[in-house]
Amino acid sequence: MRLLNRTAGRLSRHRRGPLAGLVVLLLGLLISGSLYTALAPAQADTQASETEQVAHGKKLFLASCAFCHGKNGEGIPTVRDGYQIGPPLAGVGAAAVDFQVGTGRMPLTQPGQQAPRKPVVFSQEEIDALAAYVASLGPGPAIPDESDYSIEGLSEEERQEAISRGGQIFLTNCTACHNFNGAGGAMPRGGYAPNLHDVEGKHIYEALLTGPQQMPNFSNGNLTPEEKRDVIAYLGSIRETPEYAGFTLGGLGPVSEGLFAWVVGIGGLVVGSVWIASHTTRSKKSKVNA
Amino acid sequence: MSSDSRLDTSKVATTNGTTAATASKPGRAGSLATWADDRLGLATAMKKNLRKVFPDHWSFMLGEIALWSFVVLLLTGVFLTLWFNPSMGHITYEGSYDQLRGVGMSESMASTLHISFDVRGGLLMRQMHHWAAMIFIASMMVHLLRVYFTGAHRKPRELNWVIGCLLLLLGTLEGFTGYSLPDDLLSGTGVRAADGFLKATPVVGTYMSFLLFGGEFPGEAVIPRLYIIHVLLIPGILLALIAAHMLLLVYHKHTQWPGPGRTEQNVVGFPMLPVYAAKAGGFFFMVFGVIAIMGGLMSINPVWKFGPYDPTKVTAGSQPDWYMGWPDGLLRIIPSNWESVIFGYTISWNVMIPILIVPPLMLVLLMLLPFIEGWITGDNRDHHLLQRPRNAPTRTGVMVALMTFYGLAWAAGGNDIIAIKLDLSINQITYFMRVAIFLGPLVAFWITRRWCISLQRHDNEKLLHGYETGIITRSPEGQYAERHLPIAEKAAYTLTARDRDEVLSVEAGADSAGVPAPGSRAQRLRARLSEWMHGHNVQKPTAAELEAAHHHAEHQAELQSGLDHPVDGHDFDDHRLRDADEVPLREH
Repeated sequence: MRLLNRTAGRLSRHRRGPLAGLVVLLLGLLISGSLYTALAPAQADTQASETEQVAHGKKLFLASCAFCHGKNGEGIPTVRDGYQIGPPLAGVGAAAVDFQVGTGRMPLTQPGQQAPRKPVVFSQEEIDALAAYVASLGPGPAIPDESDYSIEGLSEEERQEAISRGGQIFLTNCTACHNFNGAGGAMPRGGYAPNLHDVEGKHIYEALLTGPQQMPNFSNGNLTPEEKRDVIAYLGSIRETPEYAGFTLGGLGPVSEGLFAWVVGIGGLVVGSVWIASHTTRSKKSKVNA
Repeated sequence: MSSDSRLDTSKVATTNGTTAATASKPGRAGSLATWADDRLGLATAMKKNLRKVFPDHWSFMLGEIALWSFVVLLLTGVFLTLWFNPSMGHITYEGSYDQLRGVGMSESMASTLHISFDVRGGLLMRQMHHWAAMIFIASMMVHLLRVYFTGAHRKPRELNWVIGCLLLLLGTLEGFTGYSLPDDLLSGTGVRAADGFLKATPVVGTYMSFLLFGGEFPGEAVIPRLYIIHVLLIPGILLALIAAHMLLLVYHKHTQWPGPGRTEQNVVGFPMLPVYAAKAGGFFFMVFGVIAIMGGLMSINPVWKFGPYDPTKVTAGSQPDWYMGWPDGLLRIIPSNWESVIFGYTISWNVMIPILIVPPLMLVLLMLLPFIEGWITGDNRDHHLLQRPRNAPTRTGVMVALMTFYGLAWAAGGNDIIAIKLDLSINQITYFMRVAIFLGPLVAFWITRRWCISLQRHDNEKLLHGYETGIITRSPEGQYAERHLPIAEKAAYTLTARDRDEVLSVEAGADSAGVPAPGSRAQRLRARLSEWMHGHNVQKPTAAELEAAHHHAEHQAELQSGLDHPVDGHDFDDHRLRDADEVPLREH
């Protein structure tokens, strides 16, 4: 009874009637009992399928990832200090797997400065299984829900605000590497910030959350989930806005503009001057003798 | 003049051939012209200039691209000034471009967006103005190369060369000030860099920066100041220098390529009216058309994507326009730790060398090129006949070396774009450039000079032995030889219409007591440079050599005589088309 009273006391200090503890206990039993009845079969199913998914993911992992990341995702260091064949994966979370495998960066086909984006080799189901397995190694960021990175649910005005706010966040945090147009840029020693033109919103969100490769990690304390969503909204909006000015010439800034000024502009006009110089303005030859 | 081609004067005067002609009543245009002539004296001025003769060659029109793109710049620039507001006053953008609505920015940025999205034709005008600026400076450089490679910078045109170099400098400054005006992220980054360059100047750096910005960067003064420099100060000087450049062109008369009938004393070509007025006028429309097409179809400086300038922001691919690219490239490849501290002050060699020292030095060198060459050759004659680049191998080599230096520095300015587009490491590009910037020009000089000299030899071969016909003959002994035929007399004249190069030697180096003559040091240097410049050149054959070669050719022809038809390549084999009933084929 002491135990009972203590438990009840924790629940509420102000209702310490003699039967209060018993009532609370009964109520708790009733609620948990009915909840269990309502949810138990489904929960058991999920439990089973999650275990299955993790097992399936582990199989895929052993076949495709373990060579570099180790059989338990513990990572494989090289003899050289601080260098790894593959980094440990405990704690990277499902979001990192969904990004790396979902954009084709993993599995890596050859070592290099950076894992390039390439055609995806796993189905979404397999990616989910891999993600579930890696997530089971340690807690990490989960795969975001569509509501996290989409502005579908907002009103027209809120969307408009989200886009212009996202643009300013993008210019402050992202363009230094990814360029004003999201066309990408160079990083030291052969690395590069990739082009963002056809990257899915989900993958951008995951990249911000997990900081793949040379990219810094934009934690939720750094960029709130709403700010991440706004950046994605801005990128979507410039993708959808027609190019008012014509061909973007790669959207790379003054270097490609200079190239076109020389090739098309000067090149075209030199051809023009050759053409003009090789033609006379006279329409009739007979006038030459006049 | 034969009678059938006599001038038909019936439209302007009547005559029966025996009495003096009486002028018919002038038409409406004619009387207007008379009215103007009575008051302005136009006829006297025009009589000479309308018939002024210009020689014809495509490369003489390159400078015209610059002139016409400048006209396009004036026209589009005036349009832009009607809406542009050069103010750094802070406002919130409320225009048509969705992504920036509600964002705070300067009035100059907001008015640039207004021109781009809310003024009819404004974006086209902005883009045409920018493309025209790129083409203006590019065509000045191409024109400069043409002038130098053909020797048109020699006496009496040295000063016009200097004016041209000043135009190039002013065009670049004009471009930079214009590029800075919208106050967008990219141009703001450029202005910030310029502020850094000013501050890198020892002693006076900070003062100069404070003077330009009216205090600490960025302040509120810089955009209005750059604006007045851009629309009034530099265009005024540019116009005056362009006028001087063209007046000197008329005064000196245009250079021409050598050829039969062309001398240092005449100009062979077509008159201003009607030929050149039509050609130049037509070319204006062509330049205008190309710029309009580019402005209409190709995006340039999309400021709405950069957003307003904010010192906390920067974008990858922050480069200046192409003409400022080469100092930027030098800045990118210079080791960043090149600094020294003197009396507690940091001297930033890593900024001074690529920005404050090398570019002005290169400009001075460019301006001095004709004077240096004039001093080395000691040539005091006027030159109106052009030289082919191959006939001045050292000069051609020097310019190709300068171009290589420029090109490498230029490429270094786009190192990040090269890295991502060609999958290279930006660091390795930098290491390569640090070596190539020194070795490249030397290699380019050597290759170009040897190439020119080979071409000179080839010209001499053509003069002495004729051109290669492609006809291979086999002698009865089985020896194969290619038949050469003499080149046309006109072509031979053109090839030989050049001066022999003289290698200067030191006159009276020292007297009998071994005391060097005054000024002989400079003379010795000059003799050495003269040897370096002309010593390797191949000179044209002498008259005696040509004579001997022709005798030889005639002798050859005699050996192959008996031909009563032009050579067609089947004279000495048996493959001529023939009728079957003619002489049967030889059997062998």
